[in-house]
Amino acid sequence: MAAYLIRRIWQMVPTLFGVVLLVFLLFKGFGSDPAEILAGQNASQQQVDAIRQQLGLNEPLWTQFGIYLKQIVSFDWGKSWATNEPVANLFLTRLPATLTVMVPILVLETLLAIPFALAVAYVRGSLTDRAIMVLTTVALSISFLVYVIVGQYVFAFQLGWFPVQGWSDSVVRNLVTYAPLPVLLAVAVSLAPQTRLYRSFFLDEIGHDYVRTARAKGLTETSILLRHVLRNAMIPILTNVAVSLPGIFVGAFLIEVFFSIPGLGREILLAVNRSDYPVIQAFALYTAAITMVVNLLTDVAYKLVDPRVVLK
Amino acid sequence: MSAVLSPSPGGTAAGRSEGVWVAAARRFRGDRVGMVSLAIVAAFLVLVLAAGLGVVAADWQVERGVPDAPPTFVGPKPAQQAVTVAAPEGPNADISAIDPLAPRYTEWAEAAKKYQTTEAARAQTLPFGADRFGRDVLAKAVKGAQVSILVGVSAAIVATLIGTVLGALGGFFGGRLGDLLEWVYNVFTAMPGILLIFAFAAVFGRGIGSVVLILGLAGWTGIYRLVRAEFIKHASRDYVRSAEAIGASAAARMFRHILPNVSHVVLVQLSIHVVGFIKSEVILSYLGLGVGVDQVSWGTMLAEAQSELILGHWWQLAAATAFMAVFVTAFSLMTDALRDALDPKLRGAE
Repeated sequence: MAAYLIRRIWQMVPTLFGVVLLVFLLFKGFGSDPAEILAGQNASQQQVDAIRQQLGLNEPLWTQFGIYLKQIVSFDWGKSWATNEPVANLFLTRLPATLTVMVPILVLETLLAIPFALAVAYVRGSLTDRAIMVLTTVALSISFLVYVIVGQYVFAFQLGWFPVQGWSDSVVRNLVTYAPLPVLLAVAVSLAPQTRLYRSFFLDEIGHDYVRTARAKGLTETSILLRHVLRNAMIPILTNVAVSLPGIFVGAFLIEVFFSIPGLGREILLAVNRSDYPVIQAFALYTAAITMVVNLLTDVAYKLVDPRVVLK
Repeated sequence: MSAVLSPSPGGTAAGRSEGVWVAAARRFRGDRVGMVSLAIVAAFLVLVLAAGLGVVAADWQVERGVPDAPPTFVGPKPAQQAVTVAAPEGPNADISAIDPLAPRYTEWAEAAKKYQTTEAARAQTLPFGADRFGRDVLAKAVKGAQVSILVGVSAAIVATLIGTVLGALGGFFGGRLGDLLEWVYNVFTAMPGILLIFAFAAVFGRGIGSVVLILGLAGWTGIYRLVRAEFIKHASRDYVRSAEAIGASAAARMFRHILPNVSHVVLVQLSIHVVGFIKSEVILSYLGLGVGVDQVSWGTMLAEAQSELILGHWWQLAAATAFMAVFVTAFSLMTDALRDALDPKLRGAE
């Protein structure tokens, strides 16, 4: 186990290096001149030159990459060009809002989609099943935007059940007042694809021999589904949850923009619109690192859940 | 399916079994849902072509109705009560002595006469309503369909090309090159897709070409993975080794021998990605990272619709949603039918 962990962590190094290289080359090669962005529109040539000098932009490319690597290794992520706020500070202050919204979304959608999918799998092949499948196809073809626009309009503006948008400093108040509408909308939207996916997991399992055996020994369909199929289907379901785990640290961009939630998603979008390169670069690295760690933890969790899995 | 049981048609080439594409086409024709979706998609493509050639919706920027003109079946807006301002009493004061512009008024009046302005008659209602400038929503939705579908299809082609070529190279040669490509794949999949799209969007700016490039560059990884696995599987098959034995070059084996045998995988992936990219384009354009400000797409329509909805003007939202829902549903169902036809083993699976 220890050897496995060490090897996996060692394997992360080239990938992380690749992400650093990609981000560096992308912004160096295609992005506009940082000095001109920083100096603003009314800057004189002298000011731009001074900033170039200060940022080390006149150095050869590989020296610049060396400086960049050194900053990353020493966890000096720089400051936002737009607000001069240290990037590390930016993450720490924006993360709680993102988690307040994303954790309930992930928990609720998983807990709701499993019984839904199980129910659909129970009536598989019937008219109800096919009707639900067609319905989810249509539901999926409507843009996520439409649901959020209409949902916000109907539930917050027309009916007044929730505030249209807003956020406060108190976690409890956020959870009770401001988070429910975004969470409900996001869960409602993701229910269609999740149900389809989990249904296919259940149907895969139903085709296996052990299900036939269970039927042969006279178990009812309900207990086959709940006791045998559900437990085996938990493995792909957990994989799917694990794959979406890094997403909760990124946040739902649209949800945060729509409801003015001061989370990471809105921050990164602001950074993109302001060409705030240090924030985007740091964010890319940060998510890449989190994704890799989560993937590793998932693989280890497999071993704990399913003894058949061999870590190699 | 009765189609599966029907004897193979033709039979002119004595005893020759039908090819994989002929068989797939026959299976596809037997799928009624697939055929209907294909017809709808084809109709949309004709619309896109017509809009591209300027036959329809070329004048989407013309302000034909009154601002926010409702759809015809709703009826015109109730006339607003004019706010009356009490007319001032007493004679007008003559300020021409101190008005610095007074000497030039006649000169300007002369100049203004040279230009003919005609106040175009504006319709009170339009079939699908109008946006806040009075532009026809129907024409916008058609033009938006052109942009959104064009971006979705082009981006899917870019992603498929990158994914197929890299997957073919990685799967066929393996070794150092394969490792290098796997490393690139790992780097691109190391962060959530939407973040990669944003990072590209930050440097490439906006416009149709940029969006195609952004989505294509961020979305090739899934296709690469599948094509690579197929090429690994096929590279050691007998027919490929036979081709090698008679002196076929590596390129010929990869693209003339193996590629046709995995092209059904590529085709299905292409059409799955079209749907995904259309949705992504809509979201990018909504966020202001998509098509340019002088263009219209379903995403920019939705962005405008958000503020219109609060005023009770729901028609632009409805038009964009309806167009997109019909096209994407038809395209998804067509993709499902295509996959079933090309790979009967997968029938019924998700």
